[in-house]
Amino acid sequence: MRRRLTRLTRRRTRLLAGVGAAVAVIVALLATGLGRDPSVIASPLVGHMAPNFTLAQLDGPPVTLFKLRGQIVVVNFWASWCTECQVEQAALDQMWQQFRDSGVVVIGVNFQDTAGAARSYVSTADVTYPVVEDTDSSTALAYGLRGVPETFVVNQSGRIVDHVIGPIDEATLVSEINAMLLASAR
Amino acid sequence: MSQLGTYLLLFALVVSCYGLLAAAVGAKTGRPALVESARRCAFGVLVTVAAANATMLAALLSNEFAIRYVADNSARETPVFFKALSLWAADSGSLLLWNLILAGYIAAVAVRFRRDRPPTFPYALSVLFAVQVFYLILINGPAQPFASLANPPADGRGPAPLLQNHPLMAVHPPFLYLGFIGFTVPFAFGIAALLAGQGLDQWVSLIRRWTLVVWCFLTVGLLLGALWSYSVLGWGGYWAWDPVENVALLPWLLSTAFLHSVMLQERRGMARLWNIALVIGAFSLMTFGTFLTRANVLSSVHAFAQTSVGPAYLAFLALALLAGFGLVAWRLPTLRTPASLTSAISREGAFVANNMLLLAAAAIILLGTTFPLVVEAVSGQQVTVGGPYFRSSVTPVFLLILLLAGTAPLLPWRATNRSRALRRLRVPATAAALVMIATAWAGVRQITVVAGFGLAALVFVTSGQEILGGLAIGRRGLRAGTVRALVRGRRRHAGLVVHLGLALVAAGITASYSLGQQAQVTLKTGQSTVFGGQVLRYQGLHTDQQPQRIVLTTTVSVTNSSGGTAGTLDPRMNLYPAATEPIGSPSIRRGIVWDLYASLISLQDDGGSATFRFYRNPGVNWLWFGGLVMALGGIAAAWPSRRPNSGGDQGAKAVRKRAAVEAGAP
Repeated sequence: MRRRLTRLTRRRTRLLAGVGAAVAVIVALLATGLGRDPSVIASPLVGHMAPNFTLAQLDGPPVTLFKLRGQIVVVNFWASWCTECQVEQAALDQMWQQFRDSGVVVIGVNFQDTAGAARSYVSTADVTYPVVEDTDSSTALAYGLRGVPETFVVNQSGRIVDHVIGPIDEATLVSEINAMLLASAR
Repeated sequence: MSQLGTYLLLFALVVSCYGLLAAAVGAKTGRPALVESARRCAFGVLVTVAAANATMLAALLSNEFAIRYVADNSARETPVFFKALSLWAADSGSLLLWNLILAGYIAAVAVRFRRDRPPTFPYALSVLFAVQVFYLILINGPAQPFASLANPPADGRGPAPLLQNHPLMAVHPPFLYLGFIGFTVPFAFGIAALLAGQGLDQWVSLIRRWTLVVWCFLTVGLLLGALWSYSVLGWGGYWAWDPVENVALLPWLLSTAFLHSVMLQERRGMARLWNIALVIGAFSLMTFGTFLTRANVLSSVHAFAQTSVGPAYLAFLALALLAGFGLVAWRLPTLRTPASLTSAISREGAFVANNMLLLAAAAIILLGTTFPLVVEAVSGQQVTVGGPYFRSSVTPVFLLILLLAGTAPLLPWRATNRSRALRRLRVPATAAALVMIATAWAGVRQITVVAGFGLAALVFVTSGQEILGGLAIGRRGLRAGTVRALVRGRRRHAGLVVHLGLALVAAGITASYSLGQQAQVTLKTGQSTVFGGQVLRYQGLHTDQQPQRIVLTTTVSVTNSSGGTAGTLDPRMNLYPAATEPIGSPSIRRGIVWDLYASLISLQDDGGSATFRFYRNPGVNWLWFGGLVMALGGIAAAWPSRRPNSGGDQGAKAVRKRAAVEAGAP
């Protein structure tokens, strides 16, 4: 009787271990898919020259991208109705304050918005970097924009070196810019 | 409002936790008072979660943009109808609806078992509450639909343009949710039987009707999804083998297998282990599907925006698999059944084959859906598995399923008298042969298409013949009219009605996939083209500025080759402020056999010329109608029998017995 019981227990243990192992494999496989966004494919623009634009500032003279050669330009597409943009705005502004004297420009490109809404957002949220209006969305089309926020980092020679979909991660962007500044200083 | 919603959800979580504890302790110690208090908790959770949903609805309707969800998914100009739909347009809001439906199911269980309770009821109740606790933790933790914004914007972003383009969005997700979440009830009763170590045969009778209802919801949900895809996306098709479509089909296939194999256990005491594994499998696949959709693991039209709920779903899936199959392993000795097949050619044999085929189809689809994940995990390469893989590998299995559906209802239980079965097969087989010959004669050379039409005819005629045969026997035996005859064999007749629907669906899918035509043409204003025997003339463009969008409508007149006017098509393009690209709305002239379908691809010279894609799709309406027939058959099978307090099968048996007694009386 006891022998039968131990045999049963042994078989049960083996079966349970099998179930556990199978589940572990499934979970491990699915977990590899967690950290990524499958809809993001490496941006075809990275490594290419940034499309030029001349856009009117909300309050100020027009901005032309080509004229900013020699500086690092962070082009950030945003809209006042976009809550994700609010999330990253403070970080962008802080970065601008930190780097504006070291040859880094942040440009906010206002997308699918009204000038009134954009202006009131800029004043209430204390946006200090230049904000331009892409009234006919032609710049957004040229950059293959999928939505807002999206950020492109353009190096000193006018090439796109990074493309971020969704809110930026400040730490990553800061270290990236530091590396670029360091490389150009050498 | 934000605070009210947050507190309501927190309260619902507390009540559910109490329900879980009370039911579990009540089950373990056998104290009925505890179980009763847990049962009543179900209503408390339902009321609280309903109030949270109502709060969100009120916030959406009153433009409460301080709530982030409202700012992200609604706008001042959004029409009221679509504002209300925004409740389930994005991840965290749809979790509110998800919780509401789950609470509704638990309350329904609580009502159903208010008096006569099987011994496994307390265990089932604790499993149900455990699932509810998980979803409430999700919504209180990572999802947080009532999270607020420090700087509320003056206006919201509005719903995703695709979701505010068609009223079908109002019904497709709720039906699918009703189907998905409904699997929790069979799962709970299956797990309860395993936990209690008793009632391992009883539970299938307890939940057969629940499963049928859930199956009906899922059938309708899948159909509505296909209909939405067909009517909104403008690509002329209805099923794209998109990962999320696939993972919704998987539980449907498993529950269809279960609804057949459950009869093996009820009638012959077979397949005990199999049935419980199927129910756990269906629930796990449902969770897996939710994980894939919401954790944004695969690329799909359905994918929600990147959210933080992925790891939680994965943990829950692991728990469901471990608990479910772990318990099965633990109770394995008691799950083995002595009965075996008497003959392979019998109703039992057919059910076994049916289950094998449905599972094979599910395995093929699961493999294709998860293959990109496996490849990327192993080699880091991104791959996609497209329609050709699914169509070529699943078609033979589906054809075999049709063959089975067309022959199995003719086979009796246990052993078969072959000559009798062959005699009953004579008419359906002749019909199938005739249809196949006619199809081939009409010029169709693809073997799968010829077989598809032939087997659809086989299923249709077999089911029709068996329904009519049953009615005729009923008339002769009872002389009391067909209604009683229908009631007497209701379960069987309802099943045959589902098969009738299946035949229509099969014919529709075969026709639309193989016999359709399409063409892309650019027309100047006033210019015409001939397509599918009809003259299509581009009449011009009309622009309509609506509060939430700009609609560009083209008019295409349709004239028959005989010269008679057949009407107009008006494919549109909608420009939404929050979208970079215009969203098209196709225009469809639906017919019994042919649909004429037009999509506007692009406009040139301010509408002076336009590029259209025209489709001529046969059989699509058979698919919708057949699906409806399937769902109605399912409802008829699930309809409560005359004795409401007896379980599904006992009720049917009682009715049968009574009818037999009446038939014998003078």
